[in-house]
Parts: sequence; C-alpha cells; structure tokens
Amino acid sequence: MLLLNCPWCGPRDETEFHYGGQAHLPYPESPADLDDPQWAEYVFYRENPKGPFAERWSHATGCRRWFNAVRDTATYQVLATYRLDEQRPDALSEGGNR
Amino acid sequence: MAEPTLTDTAAGPAALRRSPLAHFADRLRDATVTGPRGVAVSEWPYATMVSLRVDPESFAAARVEKCLGAALPARCGETAPAGPRTTLWLGPDEWLVVAPPGAAPLTAELQEALAGEPGSAVDVSGNRTVLELRGPAARDVLDKGCPLDLHPRVFAPGRAVGTQLGSVPVILWRTAEDTYRLLPRASFADHLARWLIDAMSEYALPEVP
Repeated sequence: MLLLNCPWCGPRDETEFHYGGQAHLPYPESPADLDDPQWAEYVFYRENPKGPFAERWSHATGCRRWFNAVRDTATYQVLATYRLDEQRPDALSEGGNR
Repeated sequence: MAEPTLTDTAAGPAALRRSPLAHFADRLRDATVTGPRGVAVSEWPYATMVSLRVDPESFAAARVEKCLGAALPARCGETAPAGPRTTLWLGPDEWLVVAPPGAAPLTAELQEALAGEPGSAVDVSGNRTVLELRGPAARDVLDKGCPLDLHPRVFAPGRAVGTQLGSVPVILWRTAEDTYRLLPRASFADHLARWLIDAMSEYALPEVP
C-alpha cells in the first residue's frame, strides 16, 4: 500500500487515488503539423525507467484534484508530490537504469 | 410496484420524493445498540446541499462569504458553521454548503452573490444523503473501514473530509464528540447502510477480551 501525500489533503491511502500515467507530457504546440508516427509517439510512447518516475495522480475520493508525484518504480517509494503549477523537484531526475 | 402519483397538487413534487434509505428506516432503527458500547445510525433525509465553486481570492468569494455569514474554509478538513448551515471544504476552490431541509432560497442567494463572475452555485441536494452515526462505539465502527486517523487530536468535532468508508466514497463529518455524519452518494447509501449495520452488530454482544 502506498501512502501518497496529496498537496491539498496531506497523506492518504493509495485506495483514495486514481492513477493518471506519466506526467509532464505537453500537448503538441502545432498539432496540425504532426504526422502519424509523431502522433503515435505523443499518444502511446511512455518512459519506463527503473528508478524515479514522474507520474500524475488524482485524489479521487478526496479533493478530486490532479497532482504530480515522483515515485521510485523499483522500491515504490514516493519521493515527492507537487501541484500541477509547481516545477518538478530538480534533485529527482529521471532514474535511467540502475 | 405502482409509481406514486401526485394527488395533492398543493404539496408540489416534494410530496412524491422518497429518500435513498426510506425503505431501510426500520432496519436502521433495529440495529441500534445501547449501553456503554452503544451505537445507532439514522438517516437525515432531504438535507439541502449546494455545491459552491469560486476562486477564494476573488471579490465574488467575499460576497459569498457575506451571504453565508462565515469565511469559506481554506484548508482540508475545515468547516464553517453559520447558524443552521455549514460550509464544508471539498477542494481548494470547491465547497459544499449543507443546510436543513427546505432551505431552497440558499442556491439563489449564492448565485446572486456570485453576480455572474466565474464560479457556480448548484443545488445538489439529490446527489447525496446524510447518515448520522452516534454513540460511544461510533468511532470503533468507522475505524473498521476508514483509512484515516479518526483520533480527536487529528479529527476533532467540527472537521469534515472526503474519504472512503468500506469501499464507498463519503464525506465524513464529525459534528460532536460521539456523532458523525456520513454523506454518501444516493446510489451508494443502501450498500453503506448495510455495511454499517454489519459493522455495528458486534457491539450488541459482550466484549471479547
């Protein structure tokens, strides 16, 4: 069981949250110019690191807000949570392969 | 089963409504446990609830606060009682105003206070029902299915949070030392009531050391 620290509500059980996949995927700046492979990359291609991974979560049964979390995919340790209008903590860069 | 029809037109459509737990009132009453480990549950039907959304920094929020007679709660868990109605914090820009049944003008008053600025006040009285759980064993019953720390030093009377009980999303509101209000969605109310009755049943028996 994960304990996620909702930026608005504080630490809550994983069962209260909904997972939203990889974070920090900006919508294409000029969508009309993208060809099919580029669209496929935007829609389907995701990082799969062993180590810190930035992902989106929604506090579904609490405040219903989306926020970002950096979670270590190897240890399941949640390293940081932050609001959508906050920057990803610099120290927690993408883990690569450990 | 025949659909109810409106025979007394003077009473309006309110005469036709049935609360989500109207069919379950007897079962709830029979589940009452008395004594030092007592606990009882009942429905508080037809409470007026208004979903309020507004930027808390805006002028509209200031007018809404004047209309409600209390400042909007700023943090998770806080509530703002003002006379018969209480404002519960649901999110950083979202609140639920709970008032006794029949407080219909409240929605219009809040909409007037918003005065067309970004925000909304919507009557959502039919969205949820209110279950009141009270008695010395009430916290023990909730502890069986709620992942939160309900100790008074964390969850004191007057606090309300959105959380889960059993598998049901509820707003859990502690109104007094031994009294909790649970606000599940109407369609989950039956399941939650059965879950509560099951959780309460052990307190009717002698305590196992």
